Amino acid sequence: MSDLFSLVAICAGVFFFFAGTVGLLRFPDSLTRLHALSKADNLGLGLVVLGLIPRADTPLAALKLVVVWALALVSGASTAQLIGRALRRGRK
Amino acid sequence: MSVLAALDLGLALLVVGVAAWTVSARNLFAAVVGYVAYGLLLALVWVRLYAPDVALTEAAVGGGVTGVLLVTAGKRLDALASAEIGAPPGRGLKIFAGALAALVAGALAWVVLTLPSTPPSLAPAAAEAASGPGAGLGNPITAVLISYRSFDTMLEKVVLILAVLGVWSVGADAAWGRAPAPLRKPEPDGAMILLAQVLAPVGLLIGLHIFWVGADAPGGAFQGGALLAAMGMVAMMARLMAPPRIDSRKLRLALVAGPAVFLVVGVAGLMLAGHLFAYPQNFAKPLILFIEAFMVVSIAVALPMLVSGPPDGGAK
Repeated sequence: MSDLFSLVAICAGVFFFFAGTVGLLRFPDSLTRLHALSKADNLGLGLVVLGLIPRADTPLAALKLVVVWALALVSGASTAQLIGRALRRGRK
Repeated sequence: MSVLAALDLGLALLVVGVAAWTVSARNLFAAVVGYVAYGLLLALVWVRLYAPDVALTEAAVGGGVTGVLLVTAGKRLDALASAEIGAPPGRGLKIFAGALAALVAGALAWVVLTLPSTPPSLAPAAAEAASGPGAGLGNPITAVLISYRSFDTMLEKVVLILAVLGVWSVGADAAWGRAPAPLRKPEPDGAMILLAQVLAPVGLLIGLHIFWVGADAPGGAFQGGALLAAMGMVAMMARLMAPPRIDSRKLRLALVAGPAVFLVVGVAGLMLAGHLFAYPQNFAKPLILFIEAFMVVSIAVALPMLVSGPPDGGAK
């Protein structure tokens, strides 16, 4: 049962990474590419972490996985903001 | 071919590809980004080679600190290039430089290809040493670094201090003693400030944790110190913290603390345990952690000072 859960969650995460990568390669400008990338970072990694939690040896290891995801969320969202603002400044 | 072998092959090809792209990139910034990606991929390679300690160092230094250092250096180079445009190198010089590079690469390749099939190894001696004076440490790598290769480890930190001195000495005479220029423009974005406020406390905790578990698990003084240094840089970029004046006594004490404590303990070993850099048998672990704690301080201070650059004369 937990194996099935992991399988589904990780596959869904991999799908978001795949979609994000396709977007990164195919979208026309930096802002849309940024949008595609943040989906991969946030949802993709989140789902992979969710799938890995039942497989963690200890509750502490599971907590570490969640912390990894939270840190990726914080830094991903902030850097996306910074890149977006730098782009807007460059366009003016 | 199994899945893992295919992944390894893909990783290896990717590393070579990114390296080639980095070398051939015409744009300085693109080359820096390529180099950072190369550092992160190398960290993955180290993980696959079952060397998580090296992977941590490579990710923190190759991917993080060096990236910031190169981006900052690139900006300064750009500013220089618009001020004075030197003559492009002539064809003769280009061919000469190419030949030299090919010679070095060829010599390296020859050395690698002619390595004996069973390389001379110090591993058994190191393992023995690690289980001797470094006894009590669960992480053999930390034990080897601090007890078997103690002199190398100490001199590495001395090299770091020399590098900081080198950077400082580039500054103008009038600027000596002042603080380096801040890393970013006067008013950083709100997102940068938020990132620093959220990330720095967590990073501080993780850095100390990595240093502390380094005694028994992958981690250690360098990895932990590099993480603390990165948090310092994030805080400086958000202008939450200003680079200190280089004549500050606290700064200088922090810089030399690691190697100085290491040297003092090493010399004390001459009297207490019989020879230089030997630790008393049943007191080894606390002593090693004591040395490492000061190493963390030195590394955490030296790396941001390297990135901050020479003292700035232009007081506005």
